[in-house]
Amino acid sequence: MNFEGRKYVLIAAVLAIAFIFILRLFWIQVVDDKWKASAASMAERKITDYPARGFIYDRKGRLLVANTPVYDIMMVPREVKAFDTTAFAQLISVPLPELRQRMIDARKYSLYKPSVIEKQIPAGQYAAISVHLHKYPGFYGQSRTLRTYPPRVAAHLLGYLSEVSPAKVAADPYYKSGDVVGVGGLEQYYEEVLRGRRGSRYVLVDVHNNIKGSFKEGRYDTLAVEGKDLFTGIDIDMQRLGEQLMQNKKGSIVALDPRTGEVLCLVSSPTYDPELLVGRVRNTNYGILQNDPIKPLFDRALQAQYPPGSIFKIAQSLIALDEGVIKVNTSFPCNKSLVGCHNHPTAASIEQAIQFSCNPYYYRVFERMVEQNLDKKSRFRDAALGLAEWERRMKSFGLGEKPRMDLPSLKGGNIPGPAYYDRKYGKERWAFSTIYSASIGQGEVLTVPIQMANLAAIFANKGWYYDPHVVRAVGEADSVQERYKEKHLVEVAPHWFDHIQEGMRRVVHEAGGTARRARIEGITVCGKTGTAENPHGEDHAVFVCFAPMEAPQIAMAVYVENSGAGGRWAAPIASLLIEQYLTDTIKRPEVMKELLDADLIAREKFFVKKPRSHAADECPRERLRQF
Amino acid sequence: MFMGWANIYSAAYDPDHASIFDQSKEYGKQAVWMGISLTLGGAILLVRGHIFRDWANGVYAFVLLLLALVLVIGKEVNGAKAWFGVGSFGIQPAEFAKYATALALTRYLSGLKALIDFRSRAISTAIILAPVALIMLQPDTGTALVSGAFILVLYREGLSGNILLLGILAAFLAILSLILKESFFDLPFTDKQLSGPMFLLFIIAIIGALAWFAVRNLVVKRMRRRFHAYIVIGVIASAGFIGSLDYAFEKVLAQHQRDRILVMLGQMDDPQGIGYNVKQSQTAIGSGGFSGKGYLDGTHTKFKYVPMQSTDFIFCTVGEEWGFLGTAFVVVLFTVLILRIIQISDRQRSRFTRIYAYCVASIFFLHLTINVGMAIGLAPVIGIPLPFFSYGGSSMIGFTLLLGTLVRLDAERLSQLR
Repeated sequence: MNFEGRKYVLIAAVLAIAFIFILRLFWIQVVDDKWKASAASMAERKITDYPARGFIYDRKGRLLVANTPVYDIMMVPREVKAFDTTAFAQLISVPLPELRQRMIDARKYSLYKPSVIEKQIPAGQYAAISVHLHKYPGFYGQSRTLRTYPPRVAAHLLGYLSEVSPAKVAADPYYKSGDVVGVGGLEQYYEEVLRGRRGSRYVLVDVHNNIKGSFKEGRYDTLAVEGKDLFTGIDIDMQRLGEQLMQNKKGSIVALDPRTGEVLCLVSSPTYDPELLVGRVRNTNYGILQNDPIKPLFDRALQAQYPPGSIFKIAQSLIALDEGVIKVNTSFPCNKSLVGCHNHPTAASIEQAIQFSCNPYYYRVFERMVEQNLDKKSRFRDAALGLAEWERRMKSFGLGEKPRMDLPSLKGGNIPGPAYYDRKYGKERWAFSTIYSASIGQGEVLTVPIQMANLAAIFANKGWYYDPHVVRAVGEADSVQERYKEKHLVEVAPHWFDHIQEGMRRVVHEAGGTARRARIEGITVCGKTGTAENPHGEDHAVFVCFAPMEAPQIAMAVYVENSGAGGRWAAPIASLLIEQYLTDTIKRPEVMKELLDADLIAREKFFVKKPRSHAADECPRERLRQF
Repeated sequence: MFMGWANIYSAAYDPDHASIFDQSKEYGKQAVWMGISLTLGGAILLVRGHIFRDWANGVYAFVLLLLALVLVIGKEVNGAKAWFGVGSFGIQPAEFAKYATALALTRYLSGLKALIDFRSRAISTAIILAPVALIMLQPDTGTALVSGAFILVLYREGLSGNILLLGILAAFLAILSLILKESFFDLPFTDKQLSGPMFLLFIIAIIGALAWFAVRNLVVKRMRRRFHAYIVIGVIASAGFIGSLDYAFEKVLAQHQRDRILVMLGQMDDPQGIGYNVKQSQTAIGSGGFSGKGYLDGTHTKFKYVPMQSTDFIFCTVGEEWGFLGTAFVVVLFTVLILRIIQISDRQRSRFTRIYAYCVASIFFLHLTINVGMAIGLAPVIGIPLPFFSYGGSSMIGFTLLLGTLVRLDAERLSQLR
């Protein structure tokens, strides 16, 4: 038989198979794109390089904030061999059941990819762990950096780092879940500068996730940009001293260099150790701090709004002099029927008015400013016109609006102008008699401590200021941020300030002055005490000052809550800080000791439930405390 | 052959061992094997043709002995006791079984006029199945399966085409019933449901009934009886086949074999586990695009995403690095080679050479079909190499012997009148 023909069956089969194969190859290689994407997603990995966050330095180049390495214990389940879990749990200080659970979770997540078993072990502790780690294959330490605060001061000012919130991730495409972001203080305000810009590299990985090289020689890589350092005007010694002096007291200290507007120290008390909000312990500690009734997280220096009290009278004096409604030696009798006052000789000049802090004097001064007979038909419209001019000048002191400062969450206080009273009482439904309590810095007038310190700087400079700021330079130590080079002039001629400075000198250095406790041997301190009325307990004491009078280098506002008179606690605190700043030493240990020992918070607990006096309610004028 | 070497080099490329001759790496070893193969090929060309014929049974017996021996003293690799270890090199006697079987079968068939009587069929089947049985014991199903190629030779030499047709039909039925295994169908006009195989039977029964009527109306009377018998036998055999298939599938095949078949048929999708090979292999090939990523630039194969990529899945490397141009070239190359062998076969006067050439062509054909087919997801994963491409010394020597012998025999075609 001849089966010659059958070879064609074979040939046909071969050709058919070849044809089918080529068709299929054409399909998956040329037509269908899903394989290419799939291969890319498997073999190409994006690796993110996190740049080191910038450091923060004080004015003398000492570190306020730095980075410190910590270690995460990682586990690659595939590489783990049987081991003594109890010993390992003890080694890394994780309870055994917890360790077991984490290992199960890691296994569920991926056999090949590393999972975190224990987070953020401090370098010291890790050193002890690392020597044993080789006994546990599949486990290794991975270094990360955390913030560290060598001087452990200025917690409010610096802020802290926290894991970014889901809302922030949604709002800002830069952040990915798990990133850290600055919260509060400089960390938040300078977040973009400090963090730098993370870079990404595309690498090729093999089936076991080992990196095998860069993708296309790094054509698509972006370099990480290191975070920039911040150079602040903070003086660590002053900041530390301020925090010590304020311990067991509520309040704040803001000190500025009046020549530049740099913040020398910014104390809010009670404060906390910034290391408490770092790493593993942050969440627990944050909860404790947040629930603490003395509110250590609240930044009083920037957010607490108080009536300025008597200190406001200085600004009043300046504006009145400049408007020409009074002269330097204008005298008003201390008429207590207008507004309450204490017993003192009649103020024969503006300087004495400041020295005695005479309430009726300023009642009359404010009256003259508001009622200038600019509108002869209506005293309501007249008051609005007078107050508008007053508001404009007052706001030129940096009051009544948010400071242009480099910190987040600022409060602006309040300078009530015509618009404010129109809203409150209705247009042409208010006049001087309605608003006179603003004359002595009470009523609707509110300021924050940073504004009061700036006010002191204005007095020191005789009429100008730079915006207060913490960070002098970003990146380069010798530069100055452009926006803080702009000098602001106050709407009062400089020569009027001579009288003010003289009045403030007398407050400290002359008999009868309210702040004699602020005196320092050899330094002329100018100051003014004030009382911020507190309807809930004893009043808050305020002291603003600058020194030395001849060539001011420091201007300061000190608030001590619930401490009554400003001269008692606030003035000596300020004087010690001035002494520290100008002479670098403290020569009055007895004053220091007295201040350190004072526990006003304990005392406050005694006062806090004290009911308000009914007399004050019956007679509103009595509530306007003088000082 | 050199293309294969270069591709193994790429598949197993490792910057630490950049020399292509480094013996600790697969491409280095392959170079050694290539040298041995070339020498062996050259030697074979010097052997007189009749010696192959005369020694065919001897070689066959020797290989059977080796196959038996390897079961006893062999080295176990990947669960199969299939290797003689010589240092870091291994020899896989099963790869030579193809050659030996081809020689023995050729020798037997060339002594016959045609393969028509039962006795000759039984003997040739036995020649094929003896090494298969030994290889199955290792177990190495893939290599054993290659012997299926000899069916094509038997067909060429007179085995009834119906058997081949029946085989194809059976395979078709098997695939259909496996695909339909898990599905259910609503029976029209009733509210009953039929399982897949039952539905298939139902369809076959209908086709049978239709055929019955067709036969009654179209076929001459004296033939009807015979046709009716065919139809009845066909339907019953199909039913029996489908019924027993399920049993065979569940009981006879190993789990991994079942899984591979199901993955190939698209009945199972498990890209992390069982389907991993195929998925990765297709991904590698697919990512090559039209012109490929360039030699040594294949990320998928270089980074070991595809298991067995230097042996059974070498085709992926070609696909990823050379793209469609490369793969099409390889397929065409093999097609041309096989057709050329068939052509060589047809110009022989010697029956021995002719049949032998068919054996070679069939073996190459089956290797190509299954190896490339599994790499692109058209065939179940069966571990057999792509001739001259895959890493493996034994298979390379085996194929060299096959081809070398053919070339030698062909060279003598004018001088031989047997």
